[in-house]
Amino acid sequence: MKQEAIFSGFGGQGVLSMGMVLCYAGMKEGKEVCWMPSYGPEMRGGTANCIIIVSDTLISSPIISRFDTVIALNQPSVDKFESAVKPGGNLIYDSTNIINPPTRTDINIFPIPGSAEAVKLNNMKVLNMIMLGAFLQITNTVLVESALLGLKEVLPERYHKLIPLNKQALEVGIKSVSVVTT
Amino acid sequence: MPEVRLMKGNEALAEAAIRAGCDAYFGYPITPQSEVLEYLSREVPKKSNMVVLQAESEIASINMIYGAAGAGKRAMTTSSSPGISLMQEGLSYIASAELPCLVVNVNRGGPGLGTIQPAQGDYFQATKGGGHGDYKLIVLAPSSVQEMADHVRLGFEFADKYRNPVMILSDGAIGQMMEKVELFDQLPRDMVKKPWATTGKAKNRERNIITSLHIDPYDMEKINLRLQEKYKQIMENEVRYQSFQIDDVEYLLVAYGLSARICQKVVEIGREKGIKLGLIRPITLFPFPWNIIRSVSERVKGILDVELNSGQMVEDVRLAVEGRAQVKFYGRMGGVIPSPEEIFENFEKEFLKGEAL
Repeated sequence: MKQEAIFSGFGGQGVLSMGMVLCYAGMKEGKEVCWMPSYGPEMRGGTANCIIIVSDTLISSPIISRFDTVIALNQPSVDKFESAVKPGGNLIYDSTNIINPPTRTDINIFPIPGSAEAVKLNNMKVLNMIMLGAFLQITNTVLVESALLGLKEVLPERYHKLIPLNKQALEVGIKSVSVVTT
Repeated sequence: MPEVRLMKGNEALAEAAIRAGCDAYFGYPITPQSEVLEYLSREVPKKSNMVVLQAESEIASINMIYGAAGAGKRAMTTSSSPGISLMQEGLSYIASAELPCLVVNVNRGGPGLGTIQPAQGDYFQATKGGGHGDYKLIVLAPSSVQEMADHVRLGFEFADKYRNPVMILSDGAIGQMMEKVELFDQLPRDMVKKPWATTGKAKNRERNIITSLHIDPYDMEKINLRLQEKYKQIMENEVRYQSFQIDDVEYLLVAYGLSARICQKVVEIGREKGIKLGLIRPITLFPFPWNIIRSVSERVKGILDVELNSGQMVEDVRLAVEGRAQVKFYGRMGGVIPSPEEIFENFEKEFLKGEAL
C-alpha cells in the first residue's frame, strides 16, 4: 500500500494539521510516513498545502508532482491540482464554495459539502476533519481509530475537550461520501 | 525498543543535540531553521543544564562557539545560508586553531538574502573552504529526518576525533519535513578528555594556548602541513556514501541530500521503464566518495549529476570520473525543486535521444 496525497487550501483551514493527523495515524499503524509542508510565503496568508505519503515500504522522494489523491479545500486548489491527479486517482473537494467544479473524466471526483456540514456542527474549524473523514472512507489509508489517536497527538492538550466534536466531524465526512463521478 | 517519534528535521536535529551531550548552543534565528533554537529553548530547561543562547548575530554565535570549544565544551550552532556566510571568518579561525565543533547549514536559495525555499547552492562554500586559507570542514549531508538526528552524534564524534569543525549541510525541505525518527539514548556530557583545552593552568602541566596567529611563516607552514596530513587521514578513513541499484547500473545518478531523495524516485521510474538506473548518494561531501564513483564510472554509459544549484558537486564527480564516462548535469536554482518526472525527462533528453526505448 502506498498513498501519495496533497492537501491544499487557504492558510488557516487546517490543511497542515490534517496532514499531520494522517501521518501520526500511519505511524501508529507501523507504516512509513512523510509530511512535506509548504512553509514559504503561504504560511503568512494565502494558500497552504502539504504533501503526505503513507506507505508500507520506505519512502523515496518527499517531493512529488503526481498524486493518488488530491484534497482541495478551495477553488484555487481545485484549479491548481486537478491536473496533478494520477489517472484513476481521486480528487476530493469542498463543494460548498466552488464555482468551477473539476471536469476530468479519467479520475474519481468526490464533491463533499464540507463547509456546509461544518456550519451544521457550529464550528468551521472542523472542516479539515470532515474532509479527512471523506478521504479515509475513499482511500482506506489508515483506520479511523488510528486517525483519532493521531488527533490526540496533534491537538495541544488544552484543546483535548474538542476531540469529541472532531470525532463527530470525521464521522460526518465518512457518511458524506456518496456521489461518485467517474 | 528505541524511541520512535514523528518530527520535523530541525526538531530531530535539536533533540539529537541534547542527547549527544552538547554543552552549549549559540544561534540566531533564520528561516528555514528557526525551529532548532525554538525547540532547544522549550525543551532544554525541562531536562538539561546545557547552555542555550540567542546571540546578537551569527558573527557572535560562531565566536562564542570558538570560546566554548576552546574551553573543551561540546558546542554547536545552526543557521541558514546568509547566516553561514557571516560565520566564515570564525570557521577559518576555528579550523586553524583545531577546535572541535558542529555547525549546521539548513541551506536556502541564494545568492544574497535570496529566498527561504530549499536549495543546495552552498556546496562550494561548505566543501572548498568558505573562509580564507587552506582548511577543510568535514561535511555531512543528511537526506532524511533520521539522518538529521544521527549526523549530530556522528558530527560531534568526527569533530572530537580530528579536532576539526564539522558542518551538517542540510536544506529547507529536510529541515521542515516530518518523518519517523528513531532517537538514540541520552549520552553523558564530558565524555571526551580534552587535555589541550584552556581551562586554567594546572601545576603539573605547561600552559595550553589556543590561537590561529603564527607570525613566523615556518611555524605557520608547520601548522598547514599538520592540517593537510589530518585532511589526508580523513579522506582515507571517513568516506561515507549510500548506493541504490548500482550492481547492474547502466546510467548512474549522483545526488546528495534532498536531491538524492528525489533521485531515488527517478531510479524507480527508470527501472519501471526497463532502464537500468542507479544512484550514488555521497553522505560525506568532504571527504568526497571519489573511489566508488571512479570505479562505477568504468562500467556505465553515462552519469547524470543532480543538484539544487547551477552545478557544483558535478565538478567533484568529473574529477572522480576523469573522462571515463560522459557526465551531464541537471539542476534548478533559487529554491525551485524539480519533480522526479522532470529529472527523468531531462535524463532521457541527455542520454536516450534517438535511442529506441
